[in-house]
Amino acid sequence: MTLDTVAIVNNRLATNLDRAFPDLVREMQGGLYSGVRQMVPSSADAEDITQEVFIRAYRAMADYSPERIRQLNLRGWIWTIAVNLCRNAARSRSRRPRTVELDRDAFAPERGPEASAVLADENRQWADRLARLSDAQRTAVVLRHVVGLRYVDIAEATGRAEGTVKADVHRGIAILKEALT
Amino acid sequence: MTIEDQLAGLATKAPRTLAPEVMLETGLADGYVRHDGPTGNMFVSFNRRGVSSISLGDDAADFEVRFEPQFGRPVFPVTAPPTRLARALDKALRTNRIGNLPIDWSGMSEFQQAVLRKTAEILPGEVRPYSWIAKEIGNPKAARAVGTALARNPVPIVVPCHRVVRNDGHLGNYYYGTDVKRAVLEAEGMDVQGHEALAERGIRLTGSDTTHIFCNPTCRDARRTRDEHTVEFRNQSQARAAGYRPCKHCRPEVA
Repeated sequence: MTLDTVAIVNNRLATNLDRAFPDLVREMQGGLYSGVRQMVPSSADAEDITQEVFIRAYRAMADYSPERIRQLNLRGWIWTIAVNLCRNAARSRSRRPRTVELDRDAFAPERGPEASAVLADENRQWADRLARLSDAQRTAVVLRHVVGLRYVDIAEATGRAEGTVKADVHRGIAILKEALT
Repeated sequence: MTIEDQLAGLATKAPRTLAPEVMLETGLADGYVRHDGPTGNMFVSFNRRGVSSISLGDDAADFEVRFEPQFGRPVFPVTAPPTRLARALDKALRTNRIGNLPIDWSGMSEFQQAVLRKTAEILPGEVRPYSWIAKEIGNPKAARAVGTALARNPVPIVVPCHRVVRNDGHLGNYYYGTDVKRAVLEAEGMDVQGHEALAERGIRLTGSDTTHIFCNPTCRDARRTRDEHTVEFRNQSQARAAGYRPCKHCRPEVA
């Protein structure tokens, strides 16, 4: 979504939420899912959380005035919901045993079994590398480089200062580079 | 490849099931399943309020295309409805009774709801005239409007609009044609031919000379009467004049 289309989407959501919301889901689901996927351990968790983010966003906007919807920084706001849900999921997960799950993205039926296995392996390696980062660093790096958010959006989503977020990304990338060499 | 490029490469598509789930959960779209019906295949759509539409046919694409303009929201195929709804739906179709199957009444006027809820009380194997529904819902002059409300029944079969017939006893119209109406009625055990033969002779009520009670001809009490005890009436004044009183089950006063 470019900046212009965001303004149009805001306007459409404010005018007719029910009509515009499906388009918002179509526009944002890829980025949202991709980012959430790197912050939770399984693709099933990622799908559940992404769904929950949209449902909460819809219910919240249904209660907002059109003016308030027009003024929303949509991406920052929606990612605030997502970051919180990922954090809660991590907290409740630490209280229950982890099970091994199939990587449903890697094993999508359109890929051959071999390509799936390679991709699943890469995904696992990246998960291990990202696990070396602090929560704040990981979130900042994922939102910046996997999702492609602006620093101002990441700052809003995480409730941290823009400068802090930049430093987190910087430090996070440095740690990943070390892990790769 | 820089590490930033590699991170960007981790972006994937969202699973295909994601958006439909969101639409269902927010009520912005309905889901639907294919189900066996009395005349072959049918499509059943539903949302969180209950069953929203039933459509007899085989063409899923056609069903989807016609759903959106009628209901103002899209419909997605799903693997199965929520368990409780699926169970109630199976039971309703097996027993030909609506039972506790939830229906989404939200798009309907109060009048249409009253007509459809009353229609759902007609037992399988029986039929009632339009004027009977009108009288029962306290609007005796609205037989024509009853016909219109039934013609727009979004949930045929489970709300058995096929069990409402013309005031003269003939089967009358049906969205899927009179032949389908006849087939559905026969499949649930009604003697359509016998009923039409009565209508042909102008007989709208039958009574029993042992109890002196008169009924709609398909009333389960009327069907219990043995042939040699059955008497036929053209209308209720004829029945009353003969000293008969209306049945308390099928309440045939207006037929």
